[in-house]
Amino acid sequence: MQYLEGRKYVVHAIFLAVALLFAARLFYIQVLDGSYKLAADRNTLQRIVQAPYRGLIYDRKGQILVQNTPVYDLMVVPREVKKLDTARFCQLLQLPLEEVREGMKAARAYSRVKASPLVQNLSTPELAAIQDNLIDFPGFSIKARMARSYNTKNMAHALGYVGAITPAFLEKPKFSKYMAGEFLGITGLESFYEPQLMGRRGVQYRMVNVRGIEKGAFRGGEFDTLSIAGQDLHLSIDSDLQAYAEQLMAGKRGSVVALDPKTGEILAFVSAPMFDPATLSGKGMGNRYMDLLNNPERPLFNRPLMATYPPGSTFKLVNELVALQMGVVTPQTGFACNWKLVRCTHRHEYPSNVGIAIKNSCNPYFYQVMRAAVLRGRSANRFEDARLGLGEWRRKVMQFGLGEKLGVDLSQEKRGLIPSPDFYDKRNGYHRWNYRTVYSLSIGQGEIGITGLQMANIMATIANRGWYYTPHFVKGIGQGGPLPQYTVRHTVGVDPIHFDEIIPGMQSVVDGRGGTGGNASLLDVGISVAGKTGTVQNPHGDDHATFAAFAPAEDPKIAIAVFIENAGFGGSSAAPLSALLIEKYLRGNIAPWRRRWEGWLPGPAERFVKHH
Amino acid sequence: MPTSPARYSRSIDWITVLIYLLMVGVGWLSVYAASYSPDAPENPFSHLSFQELMAFNWFKQILWIGTAVVLIVVLLVIDYKAYDTFAFVLYGAMILLLIVTPFIARPIAGSRSWLELGPVRLQPAEFAKFITALAVSRYMAGINLRQQNFRDQLVLAGLTLLPPLLIIAANETGQALVFGAFLLAYFREGMSPLILLILAAAGVVLILSLLVPKLWLVGAFTVLLGLVFAFNTRIFRHHLVLALSVWAVVVGMVFGVDFFFNNVLQAHQRKRIEVLINPSADPLGVGWNVTQSKIAIGSGGFAGKGFLQGTQTKFDFVPEQSTDFIFCTVGEEWGWVGTMVVIILFMVLLGRILYVAERQKSVFGRTYGYCVASIIFFHFCVNIGMTIGLAPVVGIPLPFFSYGGSSLWSFTTLLFILLAIDAYRKQDLERY
Repeated sequence: MQYLEGRKYVVHAIFLAVALLFAARLFYIQVLDGSYKLAADRNTLQRIVQAPYRGLIYDRKGQILVQNTPVYDLMVVPREVKKLDTARFCQLLQLPLEEVREGMKAARAYSRVKASPLVQNLSTPELAAIQDNLIDFPGFSIKARMARSYNTKNMAHALGYVGAITPAFLEKPKFSKYMAGEFLGITGLESFYEPQLMGRRGVQYRMVNVRGIEKGAFRGGEFDTLSIAGQDLHLSIDSDLQAYAEQLMAGKRGSVVALDPKTGEILAFVSAPMFDPATLSGKGMGNRYMDLLNNPERPLFNRPLMATYPPGSTFKLVNELVALQMGVVTPQTGFACNWKLVRCTHRHEYPSNVGIAIKNSCNPYFYQVMRAAVLRGRSANRFEDARLGLGEWRRKVMQFGLGEKLGVDLSQEKRGLIPSPDFYDKRNGYHRWNYRTVYSLSIGQGEIGITGLQMANIMATIANRGWYYTPHFVKGIGQGGPLPQYTVRHTVGVDPIHFDEIIPGMQSVVDGRGGTGGNASLLDVGISVAGKTGTVQNPHGDDHATFAAFAPAEDPKIAIAVFIENAGFGGSSAAPLSALLIEKYLRGNIAPWRRRWEGWLPGPAERFVKHH
Repeated sequence: MPTSPARYSRSIDWITVLIYLLMVGVGWLSVYAASYSPDAPENPFSHLSFQELMAFNWFKQILWIGTAVVLIVVLLVIDYKAYDTFAFVLYGAMILLLIVTPFIARPIAGSRSWLELGPVRLQPAEFAKFITALAVSRYMAGINLRQQNFRDQLVLAGLTLLPPLLIIAANETGQALVFGAFLLAYFREGMSPLILLILAAAGVVLILSLLVPKLWLVGAFTVLLGLVFAFNTRIFRHHLVLALSVWAVVVGMVFGVDFFFNNVLQAHQRKRIEVLINPSADPLGVGWNVTQSKIAIGSGGFAGKGFLQGTQTKFDFVPEQSTDFIFCTVGEEWGWVGTMVVIILFMVLLGRILYVAERQKSVFGRTYGYCVASIIFFHFCVNIGMTIGLAPVVGIPLPFFSYGGSSLWSFTTLLFILLAIDAYRKQDLERY
């Protein structure tokens, strides 16, 4: 029997083999494989995010425009709801029974032990009505949250709105840090300055047990952070001017942009038709948004940034400045008002210099100015000559910030269009077009498209005699200044002297005898306005009226561009509207004899639209 | 023949006692950590009444340990010959108890295997282990396994198989599997190693047939067998029939697995094996236990999260965390270092038991020693194996660590009967 004793080693070996197997396996899952640690944190750690206080928005004069007010969500923890008296509950909340049932069902589906919102966006009076009775309904509680509220009924297009993040946003890398249900700026300045307004979220790490019930702070709150309020925005918008501009644009379609030429700050920004910014906040916001979206007047369309119009005669100024800088014309150059080249606006004196040409907005004159700039005999082939000439001309024109985004602090901006030789090559064929094809550009018609903002910026550039700051709404973020890109001066490549040669012409447009912009004259209050009227040919209906100006001519403080859709000749509607705004901004009030214009200014609603 | 207490105490194997105390101590700390709740008062004894304290597993475990110490004293005082003499009587009584248990027990967690005596719940199946061990050792002392006496072997098989069959009838399959461990003891006493080999081979074939496509498995085995015989034509001639029958049995097993799996195993047992192969098969059911258990142990890292710092166990992610899944608490709070300490403690204990068994002069003592080691080893294998995903989820406790009076008392009894027998070993010599 003694030889059986050797078998104890076999038993020992079996024991040891299992122990070694376990040791190796444990070493693998405990030391080598990190995935279990992550899984453990996923199990027990719950991030509780504290929403920061969103930055406020002030106007130029420090008046508060957008602020935060508490709204209340009625939360429910399904597990704690005991014997719900549905009839009384519905009566208390003034909600239909089905809605409460649906809400409870959704809450149960989400979690039986975690709170989910049953009714959102209750205002303080609504809360007061139910709060005392809520004690009879275990499982229901109130959660306060901050929402936007507005001290102004204006500039909805610039301000934009704040809403809950959508699933489409969540997928973008830019919004990777946002969580479902969080609020953020969806459009306008709220969106553009989201990082500044947002502030920093506070994060608390809570440990939860297997049923999701909180079990205290993780490591005594070592990793918790407090939320930091967002920075306030100080807008350059003058609320009074803005309100006045919106009042004047009421019932019209179009845009108004007013800039401070010395800084590029936007003083007024109107997209008509307008709506109250509060429309897109609070209870029932979704329905109201859909109403705006389906409105045939397209109130959500941000016209100063997104509507590109052929600028009409106002563009003649750019055309002239480019030609002067190229040296192909001088201020004393005269061209015949030759109606065979292009129809002129009206019969007028011989445009023997640029001043007279601008004052009368002479189409054949500027036709010939641009022809001189484009056809310079660079090539024996007249097609190639036009091609090369247009290319160079376009590059100079684009220096004015045309045909590309200016870079305003709103994201919806369109580039507009300064057509390139390639554009015509594609449309008409290579060497199948010449100056006769593109001449409309010289008078701001045809394929050219610029936005209201770009037009205002042209005025600011002329006012400054050759430079501009990128137009912007926000002149101060928190305690600091604007974003760095708004403190860079852009020059347009035209010598100041050439501006001095056209500005008197612009003044005589307004103040001269027989000038097309006579309705904008403010000489009676001692303000000299330099401007240019324009009438935009509209193939779809009545022409659009434009007027662009700056004032005072000798020390410009405001540059303005007004587009009124389907309002016909610029001199009769856009020019007086501009005058009112300039007067309002520079003097603070309107001369009594001009007040009657306020109610009289033509717009499509009264005069034109009905015909179609 | 009475001995002086001093002499008697010198003959006790204190090393085993020391390891036992260490394990029970570490086990209690783990039970405390597993049932610790961060909401509990700082010093429970000054705040809570006895009744309230009884709600805590760690407090009850103190009572179980205290009673286990009393039990140890009783076991060591009883004349060792009583275990020898009354082995069969105890066995008979136990069989009767196992038979009546399902009829008088209230169902708890799907099985009628717990007897309630006032506040104490006992599981007869726990005690069946050491009583069966005593009985087979007693029987073994009278026969010679090597002599191939078929009647003796049959009786031995009957003694070993009767308790597990009754336990299976009470729906406690896990406890029944433990009796398989006796094969190791029988092996030491002369059972043919072929039986172990065949069982091991059958196990390998079963596992492979769950993991590998069946036709591949049969093909590979056929080729292997073919190669063995192709290179050894002499064996080929002599053992052709044997080879063919082995081939037939293996092929039969491979294809029989499905039948066994679907018709013999119960649904929950099938799930547990499926989960072993693919833990994500049933993530919220049986898979939950395995996944959460692995997460708890795996998140412990090298040195662990520290005593009472285990988040997975503290916040109830691990089910049965103070009983069957107590190893998770060790793994999470003490890391790889802690799990190694536990494994080493078990290895030292098992080694010491084998050493003690080998120094017995009687077949009874030695067989019993091997039975003790085998039973503890089986629990060690299956319990730790299941917590780290190497064995199916079988509800058996980790000896000396898991919370529970029944299990602690039964393992204590199992171990200390051996120490009692060992302590009288020298007197045995003196007597003859």
